[in-house]
Amino acid sequence: MLKYLIKRIMRSFLTLIIILTVVFCLLRLMPIEGYFPNFEKMTPQQIQVGLQEMGLTDPLPVQIVHFFQKLVHGDLGVSRIYRANVPVAEVLSDKLPVSIKLGVLSMITALIIGLPMGALMARFKYRWFDKIGTLFIVCIQAVPAAVYYLFIQLYATKIMGVGLLFQINDPKYWVLPVLSMSLNNIAFYGMWLRRYMVDESNKDYVKLAKAKGMSEGGVMFKHIFRNAFVPLAQYIPTAFLNTVIGSIYIESLYSIPGMGGLLVTVIKRHDNTMVQGIVLLYACVGVVGLLLGDLIMVMLDPRISLGKKEGDR
Amino acid sequence: MKQFSYRLNKEAKLMDSMDEVSKKAGNMSEEELFSFAEFNESEVERTGYSNYSYWRSTLHAFFKSKGAVILLALLAVLLLFTFIQPYLPGQYDPNMIINDAKGMQYRNIPPGEEFVLGTNSIGQDLWARIWSGTRTSLFIGISVALIEALIGIVIGVLWGYVRKLDFILTEIYNIIDNIPNTIVLILVSYILKPSVKTLIFAMCLTGWIQMARFIRNQILIIRDRDYNVASRCLGTSTPKIIMKNLLPYLVSVIMLRMAITIPEAIGNEVFITYIGLGLPVNIPSLGNLINEGRALITSPALRYQLVYPTIILSFVTISFYIIGNAFSDAADPKNHV
Repeated sequence: MLKYLIKRIMRSFLTLIIILTVVFCLLRLMPIEGYFPNFEKMTPQQIQVGLQEMGLTDPLPVQIVHFFQKLVHGDLGVSRIYRANVPVAEVLSDKLPVSIKLGVLSMITALIIGLPMGALMARFKYRWFDKIGTLFIVCIQAVPAAVYYLFIQLYATKIMGVGLLFQINDPKYWVLPVLSMSLNNIAFYGMWLRRYMVDESNKDYVKLAKAKGMSEGGVMFKHIFRNAFVPLAQYIPTAFLNTVIGSIYIESLYSIPGMGGLLVTVIKRHDNTMVQGIVLLYACVGVVGLLLGDLIMVMLDPRISLGKKEGDR
Repeated sequence: MKQFSYRLNKEAKLMDSMDEVSKKAGNMSEEELFSFAEFNESEVERTGYSNYSYWRSTLHAFFKSKGAVILLALLAVLLLFTFIQPYLPGQYDPNMIINDAKGMQYRNIPPGEEFVLGTNSIGQDLWARIWSGTRTSLFIGISVALIEALIGIVIGVLWGYVRKLDFILTEIYNIIDNIPNTIVLILVSYILKPSVKTLIFAMCLTGWIQMARFIRNQILIIRDRDYNVASRCLGTSTPKIIMKNLLPYLVSVIMLRMAITIPEAIGNEVFITYIGLGLPVNIPSLGNLINEGRALITSPALRYQLVYPTIILSFVTISFYIIGNAFSDAADPKNHV
């Protein structure tokens, strides 16, 4: 197990390095006009000096080595355009807490509503509760998020008596963004938990438990739920870590000062150091989330072992 | 529930027919019952013949679900109408800015006699724009789904079936999956001009890997089932195993996946327009229209400009989703009775 973990972590590092290199090269493909707001008026010398300042005149491999050397020392570089001369880490640390708080709250909401919903739908399969739940899931999955977010903002703000724009210190203003963000996850957890529980309820051990005379509800929650939850648990760490990415829609709809649109903004404004910093964050989150997900699965279900070569298939 | 009652019906019918047979037998005399039957060649042939056809049974099962059929019909009418609409009499060009007699633009005219769905803030006919936009969005959605399915199936099958490729492709997956889509989209739209083709290209560039991974996981599950091992032992060539044994098994899941990809692609188009990288305004699309409408959200009188495109968008996506689900249920041989 330990050996597997070490190997796995080493490979994660390799993946991270490759991702960063690819993104680094992609960014250098961008046309240089974008780096200077008044490109047409500049002389070739000025452009040359500007590029040299940014270290863009070196050959690509040299640039990459420089970048990784700095990275190893924990230096993400300095934002050049988005907020001139502010270290990337500082820009991010301003924005991250808001997005994380919003995301974690919405994940908790999704788990609190979604899991019982899925379990109850499986328990009352084909009855009215199941039908209403299925209708809800179909609607959430099929209607594009942009649409229902908008309508929630439009009508629910009126009902709640809050303004369209977000105010960070008033808890009342947190309700709608959190709720709209969690809707998609509620549908996700509800749908899959129902699916897994229905599959699980045809197995022999369930029949045995019923034959022993256990109550229907007892079987559902003591046996079936615990088994059906294992495959879902894999996604939970990723989901929690993903909250650092923020939601572009929600944050721009309510004007929340979070991570949401940051990546798009900095790419459009050619702020390469910012882009690299954010991509590093995203990639770390993805890789670590996957690892934690697998670990949680092993912890919850002792039958799964990661060490064996074919164990995860 | 539906399936369950369906099965009950079938059983009841079977019981009825058995009753009838036994009744008939009851009418026959002793002699008839115990005489030898004559050898009849056509009768022998008949018993060995099954007229089961996969696609016919699939269609049969699909047409059983009324809701999906109705939605499919409505969707077909909608698609047809987007093509017919420009040729109907009295239609405006979606990009024409309409002026009144004094040369003033018809700005933000509410829905009424002259403009069925009103005009937008620069005096273009919303009715014409919505249909033109629906056509664009449907085209994007369907193309993306088809291309992704094609690439995804080919690579996914190789990924799942050829063990040597598994490691490489898994690493490629890890990398592609972790590069933010927006970077790819922005780069593509920088290098190429924003257009429908660019958008489709950009969406497919990273989208196929999800389909491929999905297929790969399915292939891994069924590749070593007994019937495939037997087939391999008997010397069936690999391409034939893939085409005859594996892929037909996956028709229902591939269909479901494609039916989900279409609304996803349409939704992505809306999203890309939202972050400002979408199609230029002179190519109306649902994303463009919703984005234009969203800017006017604060004034209730102009909200119609947001509501109408939204209704069409929701209808299209929900229909595809429900039809896809119904079709994948129907395509699953376990549901053929």
